[in-house]
Amino acid sequence: MIEKIREEARRRFADVGFPTTHEEDWRFTSVAAISKLVAQALVPAAPALLPAQIPGVQISRLSESAVEPYLARYANYQTNPFVALNTANFADGLFIRIAKGAVVEEPIELIIQSAANGHPTVSHPRILVVAEPNSQATIVERYAGNGGAYLTNSVTEIVAADHAVIDHYKLQTESAHAFHVSTLQIQLGRDANFRSHSLAFGGALVRNDVNAVLSEGCECTLNGLYLVNGGQHIDNHTTIDHAKPHAASHELYKGILEGHSTAVFNGKILVRKDAQKTDAKQTNKNLVLSEDAVINTKPELQILADDVRCTHGATIGQLDKEAIFYLQSRGIGLADARDLLIYAFARDIVDRIKVASLRDQLEKLLLEKLHGTRP
Amino acid sequence: MSLLEIKNLHATVAGREILKGIDLTINAGEVHAIMGPNGSGKSTLAQVLSGRDLYQVTAGEVVYDGKDLLEMSPEDRAREGIFMAFQYPVEIPGVSNLYFLKAALNAVRKHQGLSDLDAMDFLALVKERMALMEMDQSLLNRAVNTGFSGGEKKRNEIFQMAVLEPKLAILDETDSGLDIDALKIVANGVNALRSPARAMIVVTHYQRLLNYIVPDYVHVLAEGRIVKSGGKELALELEESGYVGLEGEAA
Repeated sequence: MIEKIREEARRRFADVGFPTTHEEDWRFTSVAAISKLVAQALVPAAPALLPAQIPGVQISRLSESAVEPYLARYANYQTNPFVALNTANFADGLFIRIAKGAVVEEPIELIIQSAANGHPTVSHPRILVVAEPNSQATIVERYAGNGGAYLTNSVTEIVAADHAVIDHYKLQTESAHAFHVSTLQIQLGRDANFRSHSLAFGGALVRNDVNAVLSEGCECTLNGLYLVNGGQHIDNHTTIDHAKPHAASHELYKGILEGHSTAVFNGKILVRKDAQKTDAKQTNKNLVLSEDAVINTKPELQILADDVRCTHGATIGQLDKEAIFYLQSRGIGLADARDLLIYAFARDIVDRIKVASLRDQLEKLLLEKLHGTRP
Repeated sequence: MSLLEIKNLHATVAGREILKGIDLTINAGEVHAIMGPNGSGKSTLAQVLSGRDLYQVTAGEVVYDGKDLLEMSPEDRAREGIFMAFQYPVEIPGVSNLYFLKAALNAVRKHQGLSDLDAMDFLALVKERMALMEMDQSLLNRAVNTGFSGGEKKRNEIFQMAVLEPKLAILDETDSGLDIDALKIVANGVNALRSPARAMIVVTHYQRLLNYIVPDYVHVLAEGRIVKSGGKELALELEESGYVGLEGEAA
């Protein structure tokens, strides 16, 4: 069964190949460099996945037959070539099952460490999470690298059954020359509550797709923070599919851009015809610290129901000069004043992170990256 | 030696001259009121002294505590003991009042060669000064000035001043927009901070504030110059006659 899906995905990728900037979903993100790297990569490196054993959580390899009802059912390898590439090639993925009614306090930590010494490498991490009814868990994916040019092309599918509560964190600190493409596909059962936090710092070229399909009464929160400098490029595409009535989605993505970095935010909200009483709110805010940085932000609302509340907003701004002067006038130095305001901008995302160790790490990462680039 | 000596100060904003030769000497312990009609340059003077870069000083000098003030960055002025209470305090979402004050106080202390105040001592100081300003402690954990009422913002300014204990305080129209109750609280706070070691410049359009903060000297600014100086009774005269006649004297 898995082999059949892999074969289909392989064929699909052979047909379509890498996307080009002529395609609307990839308009601002050229993956030519990724295509070149994949052609040269000699050794597909298996990602290091190091989950701990946690009561109430069953972790196994994706080859087991138990995954068949779920695997590749949600992340669409027909529409996304990178999902097809992953599906055709993933080497050893992980299957995480959270037992019915289990409340797992301890975060499930997944570390995906890539390395390229001399030769470019490609890895296709694949994770499937099935949260059974009434379960509750926190999943942390940490992506990092050991330098060199490599591609991490990950797909995570999360299936949360009725009343499940899942917090998902993805901290991406890939190496400076790395390419990182990821798809997070979320399928939510009735009254499920899901929160995603996408925290992106590393990589030369980064593309994140987050797609959520909501059932009746769901609550779905997508938070994102990206901090890019130098020549980094990051593209966040999110899709929230309100397939059923009475669901709420809250989306807040915040970006900080320095140097001649570029960022893309594309937030799609689809409210289907019978998804009445949908409450959807989308916000994308960008703080642009240099004249050479570029942000492309685009909301994409498709509303087919008539009794819904959908709002969206995007802002692009600089540091507030009045605020900087106010801080200076109280004795705070110019550099510290800037840091304080940048940190304040990111703060509402940081505050939403419930895993204390991750929050501390994030604060450090923010300050390190800001200081590393100060002229 | 005077604490502040302003000589022939000229300043422009966007090429337009606002200050046209200000001379003013202030000694420690004195409270000077600067009054004048709208557009006379009162706020510009306050902003120039605090180091606002919107204004270009085109002539003159300012010596503060023996140092060339105009050469100093805004933060160094603050660290050397100058505090301006803003006419329009700035909202800073995402930065708590408490964190902000701590960063400010420690920056000033560091400049003075002192170590950071420890958390308990800092909190004790802050609570004591908050009580002086009759402020609710919940304001400490709120973002700086964000969602504060006009009165809360002005009280927050004087509260910051009480924590930072400047040598020279400049109050830029601190009375604007305050009702009489809030005005009394602000004035009480300011009066509690009067001391022989501290000077104050109180910039105001109205005499009303000076009923509560009684100045030692009153200066009338018109068209960028000080046209009249006197004791506290000058403010009362102005209340009677207005600024009309004085504007002519500047010409």
